[in-house]
Amino acid sequence: MNIVVTVKQIPDPNVAPQLDGNRLKRSGVAGVLDPGDEFGVEAGLQIAAAHGGEVTVVSMGPPQAMEAVRKALSMGAAKGMLVSDDSLAGSDALHTARVLAEAIKKNGFDLIISGVESTDGYTGVVPQMIAALLDIPMATFAKSIEINGDTVKINRQTEKGYDVVECPMPCVITVTAGVNEPRYPSFKGIVEAKKKPVDEGGSPVSGDSTSQNVESINDAPQRGAGQVVEDDGTGAAKIADFLAEAKVI
Amino acid sequence: MAKIWVFAEVEESGKVAVSALENLAKARELGDAEAVALGPGASAAVATLGEHGAKKVYVSDDAVFTDFVAQPSAFALWKLVEQHQPDMIIFGMDYDSRDIAARLAASNGSTIMGNATDVLGPDKAQTQIFGGTKIVDVALGGPNPKIVITRPKSFEASPVGGSAETEQVNVEIPDNEKKAKRVERHEEEAAGVKLEEAKVVISGGRGLLDPKNFELLEQISKAVPNSAVGATRAVVDAGWVPYSMQVGQTGKTVKPDVYIAAGISGASQHQVGMKESKRIVAINKDPEAPIFQISDLGIVGDTMKVLPALIEELNKRKG
Repeated sequence: MNIVVTVKQIPDPNVAPQLDGNRLKRSGVAGVLDPGDEFGVEAGLQIAAAHGGEVTVVSMGPPQAMEAVRKALSMGAAKGMLVSDDSLAGSDALHTARVLAEAIKKNGFDLIISGVESTDGYTGVVPQMIAALLDIPMATFAKSIEINGDTVKINRQTEKGYDVVECPMPCVITVTAGVNEPRYPSFKGIVEAKKKPVDEGGSPVSGDSTSQNVESINDAPQRGAGQVVEDDGTGAAKIADFLAEAKVI
Repeated sequence: MAKIWVFAEVEESGKVAVSALENLAKARELGDAEAVALGPGASAAVATLGEHGAKKVYVSDDAVFTDFVAQPSAFALWKLVEQHQPDMIIFGMDYDSRDIAARLAASNGSTIMGNATDVLGPDKAQTQIFGGTKIVDVALGGPNPKIVITRPKSFEASPVGGSAETEQVNVEIPDNEKKAKRVERHEEEAAGVKLEEAKVVISGGRGLLDPKNFELLEQISKAVPNSAVGATRAVVDAGWVPYSMQVGQTGKTVKPDVYIAAGISGASQHQVGMKESKRIVAINKDPEAPIFQISDLGIVGDTMKVLPALIEELNKRKG
């Protein structure tokens, strides 16, 4: 099976984010493979191990995003694709999906796996857009995945619980955090990843890279910190007083 | 007048998703508000949608819209867009809505603005970044309709007492759009007060050390009327408690009278879902925890000592 997993490099979520003009500062900031994408890579590797085939990771981003691609390769993906071009900086979700869909088409696919949303942008629409652009169905918000022949069966997160959804391949699956336990790259994996092929021949596709224009960025009104006290044994009583004052008890 | 559509998820009973009613409150401010409701219950939902300001509702009760996930709705919307040319469509952040919005946007070539916290006009929306510390105004270009997905509780739902005209949707859904089939539904709705509607929310994080300590939060909840228990993404991902309890960016958004954060550091991921609470109480052993910067009352101490003492205190005061 030809499994494609989309991955993204994001600024280290443990470092306070900064602005570069009207965009999220990415250059000079330590980048990591989006933790949400690790679940996608793991899902792809498990399916390939159980049903045969290999995993290709596809990414769009600045040249430094290669680190994220290599991380996915070190987990066990067979090869990578990175589409990198200055004109793609600041792309909106639709254009990102166009670029990724084109790269995926070039690679070929039976199954495309993505995280539900990125941990820096949280828009959570690119995978569904890729499905629409490739004119294939999608099984989204998967909490678990089962492959039966040519059909994908997932438990799909809902507001009230979950639905069981069956979807024929080829299709896009988006996976929630917790769908599996992503593996740590082994030392051998890290060494081998350096030799695995990464196609950097992808190019921008036609269309505006974004239809969104940031007009202003302002500080949100901050709620001030109130009273912060060391618990001297009366902390619980202070909370109870506070609740009584707020008239909720 | 701009034509602003609101996509309304409906249940078979005709109950309308809260997000749609919230979005209608904004849509009717911006122009002529109309709604689209697809699937069983759509016709029964027209009255409610009208009361909340929709002048017209495009409906189909066809089960194809619920039997198959997202694709039929996205396809029907796309055809409706061609016919009626709305300037903007506003969706809630519900699961089906997100899938439908994304597919529609790609088919139509529309730009899509996710996580909107306000809609400023038929081609302008607002979002918050960096855990809600910065407000960003974004102009939306490209083909109409502009597509916006709003965060829950961005607007207050309020009926205005109108009534809506009904227009039947007659779009033939091709077989190619009937692929992802919903074969079973499982509802695990917890008993008691809903998290989003509770007056007091008591949430726990890693600082509770062990899943079984969530029992302490349940006991506090028992002692506080109209309260519910929430959790951080970290403990949900770790499998301590179900996803339905998650508060934050990828979980629920709550705005209770009092939010109690127990053993929660206050990552921006979490703050986005609770920082609009009227009052915030935090208990954490780390005085540098970001949660204290937004708390009205912060207790620096051992969460596992404070919580049992609080249960005792509340029960004592109850008499």
